[in-house]
Amino acid sequence: MRNNHSTQLIFELSTTGRTGVQLPACDVPQQEIEQLIPAALLQSEAPDLPEVTEPEVVRHFTNLSTLNMSVDTHYYPLGSCTMKYNPKRNERIAAWDGFAQLHPYQSDESVQGMLQLLWKLQQMLGEISGLPAVSLQPAAGAHGELAALMVAAAYFHQQGETRSKVLAPDSAHGTNPASARMAGFDFVTIRSQADGRVDLEHLKENLGDDTAVFMITNPSTLGLFDDQVQLIADLVHEAGGLIYLDGANMNAILGISRPGDFGADMMHFNPHKTFSGPHGGGGPGAGPICMTETLRPFLPNPTVTFCDETQTYYLDHGTQESIGRVRSFFGNVGVLIRAYCYIRTHGPEGLRRVSETAVLNANYLLSQVKGFLGVPHGDRCMHEFVASAVSVKESTGLKQPAMQIAKRLLDYGFHPPTVYFPLTVPEGMMMEPTETESKQTLDAFAETLQTILQEPIETLNNAPHSTHIRRPDEVMAARQPIVKWTETAD
Amino acid sequence: MPYTYNTPAQQDEMLQAIGADSIDELFDSIPEAMKLGRPLLIPPALGELELTAHMQELARQNSNITDNVCFLGAGSYDHFVPAVIDTIASRGEFYTSYTPYQPEVSQGNLQVMFEYQTLICQLTGMDVSNASLYDGGSAAVEAMLMAVSITRRHNRVLVLESVHPEYRQILETYFTTIGTEVVTLSSPDQLSESLDETTAAVLMQSPNFFGNVEDISAIAEQVHQAGALLVCSVDPISLGILKRPGDAGVDIVVAEGQSLGTPLLYGGPYLGIMACREEFVRRLPGRIAGQTVDQDGNRCWVLTLQTREQHIRREKATSNICTNQGLFALRAAIYLSVMGPQGMRNVADLCLQKAHYAHQQLTQLDRFEAVGEQPFFKEFVVRDKQNDVAGLLDKGEDFNIFAGVALGKWYPQYEDCLLIAVTEKRTIDEINQLVEVLGS
Repeated sequence: MRNNHSTQLIFELSTTGRTGVQLPACDVPQQEIEQLIPAALLQSEAPDLPEVTEPEVVRHFTNLSTLNMSVDTHYYPLGSCTMKYNPKRNERIAAWDGFAQLHPYQSDESVQGMLQLLWKLQQMLGEISGLPAVSLQPAAGAHGELAALMVAAAYFHQQGETRSKVLAPDSAHGTNPASARMAGFDFVTIRSQADGRVDLEHLKENLGDDTAVFMITNPSTLGLFDDQVQLIADLVHEAGGLIYLDGANMNAILGISRPGDFGADMMHFNPHKTFSGPHGGGGPGAGPICMTETLRPFLPNPTVTFCDETQTYYLDHGTQESIGRVRSFFGNVGVLIRAYCYIRTHGPEGLRRVSETAVLNANYLLSQVKGFLGVPHGDRCMHEFVASAVSVKESTGLKQPAMQIAKRLLDYGFHPPTVYFPLTVPEGMMMEPTETESKQTLDAFAETLQTILQEPIETLNNAPHSTHIRRPDEVMAARQPIVKWTETAD
Repeated sequence: MPYTYNTPAQQDEMLQAIGADSIDELFDSIPEAMKLGRPLLIPPALGELELTAHMQELARQNSNITDNVCFLGAGSYDHFVPAVIDTIASRGEFYTSYTPYQPEVSQGNLQVMFEYQTLICQLTGMDVSNASLYDGGSAAVEAMLMAVSITRRHNRVLVLESVHPEYRQILETYFTTIGTEVVTLSSPDQLSESLDETTAAVLMQSPNFFGNVEDISAIAEQVHQAGALLVCSVDPISLGILKRPGDAGVDIVVAEGQSLGTPLLYGGPYLGIMACREEFVRRLPGRIAGQTVDQDGNRCWVLTLQTREQHIRREKATSNICTNQGLFALRAAIYLSVMGPQGMRNVADLCLQKAHYAHQQLTQLDRFEAVGEQPFFKEFVVRDKQNDVAGLLDKGEDFNIFAGVALGKWYPQYEDCLLIAVTEKRTIDEINQLVEVLGS
């Protein structure tokens, strides 16, 4: 039974005179506010916020939560997002006072445990990536990309070189070109071949003494390991450029292959994907970056350093070469604590088995769906694969089959795969099961997909049928944007 | 392997279905030369018990602000966090979900984003808010980038020295890369001579880094006369009593949202608040939730104006940001809901009163003197006439007091000064003890 009253907007639940808190009486001698701050700088009335009680707030937001699909409640094979299980022990530990109740400007001496943790995480990420110079500061993967490209710019500047171009394949995440532009580079798209690998000829045509960085996602967004990556790295290095590895897909190769060993000069991790930091309804993430020793001086600061002499850890504010800060304070420490816990829980063999299981699960799912859904890039994949519903379009006349299948999956209680990405696969459905799903779940998902494809077209056309709302009008939302509630909004 | 399910027998079944002899075979596409071929050199696995013990050992080596009294601020504040926030934000349906790509099964998150955006508009007096950015510092810089793109003045921006030094450092980092000059002004008095038709925007902060409340309206007028935009970083708690930036002529408001229901977390993750005037909505970076109707006519919410964003526009996007701080926007929404108008006014007044009491008590001592005469909100600067700020901080720690933030590392002229923050959580006894310890 749904509580539709409580899911009204919080503003509509407001009743004048209610409040959800009781603050202590003022225990210092009170003065008139106007005596302390000139009236011209004051707001005469209290902010126009809703007036609700604590129980109302709890019921409201609890009911809202039940309108979400989540990893805790549903299978969530959203490709490229690595929606793995979020361990509860990590949540509990990160909330301890000894980690959560620390001020960022406490003295280094008073946070030695925290600094030790962060230093060890730097070391471990350096080892996992094969790129030993690490900054934990960026707040998200895209932020890490941007910071790393700024590092590249600073590096070339110091070398006395002007290199204006960043290159990436057409299958790259949208953040790659956007980050390149924000870091002041021109962006060039390199074609992929039909098999999903980078078109080397097109790359060669575009390489030159203006090439700063080639950004590559490997394994790629198609879930394939591009075995040309070393060759690509050699070509780019020969041209004097650097290789940036988008680490979004690291869940496939932990302990198996390291970007630093196949030619990458810099990369970011997404700890909220690979190392199980929860996705939080869209954030927070973190975007630690790892680099070669050559690039270390340019890293954003601060980083954590260990002093052998005093056996203590301290915040190192870097050198003149550092690009400086990209975020206030140290970084998204709460996410980093969870990543640390995750890596320590698994150890070397465990991390390797994470990737082995993720790849096994993805290949198994591929084997179960390829009979009825096209998988254009072959019978094997890494941690994810991209199916294509193009054949369904031909056989059924559905206009946007990937979207329609996705919507119908919702009726069966599955979060759909990522659809229409990468842009290079028509009617693409990118499936990433992750390692934390069972064979039974994968079987049920594959069977459901097959069932859906046998359903009458009208069933798919009108899907979803059972969700709280159905097919919102996104065009209207964009044409006449209503982005806040007002008394007359309805 | 703590979080996987499949038994060896199931794995064999799966391999058979795939047509592979072994898991290793699935990695055949990786050339042997690119394989690591040895175990990672990281510590061995820990069970939950061992992990807990190990983490306790690390946590014990940190002095936390529950066991110590915190007068540290400078952009991160020890405000009260009602229990309802942790309870609700720790629901798996919130924290284990992701960006609402499928609105039909994300109405919870989308409605929270929409409510958050509304609450931020109500608090700041601005027309539109996005669904949040990383933190206050990067939000300030994103706002300046937005101002450059709106005004098409790529030459230079101005920033007041009283803006958080780390925010200014981020500004330097971003703007050096794109070749836009950043001019730092030591006082708003320099604005008139520095503003010209090539200046895109001015970044200010109020209450500023030293805790002082600025006359935003006066600055806004000057900035607008030069055709530039005003970006102002504010303390959301102060808006319980201070004039709303939207009413003072600010074009883009940013704020560190940590004060709204998030613990200190050694600096992050926090919440970047950003709100602007209506006309700039299509230039806003980050996610935005919008209201619409579904095919049955039900009111509902979706991500909207996505043509600004990187996954559609790629290199032409307004920003590279592809997430918001969903969980912390949720915390802020809950905080503002439970506080309500009176709670916000009350907490702001308590901060104001207690900070002034502490200021008065400290400056009565021979050792300290007030710095400047500007009005302040919950944070203030005192000068140590004996010029031994480090000694004062050490002494504080001896008595389990984090007495303040030393200003010397950012401002050589304030080498003998301490920045002290007093929130509603500090009691008169704690303030008296601070005064006693620092004065002894």
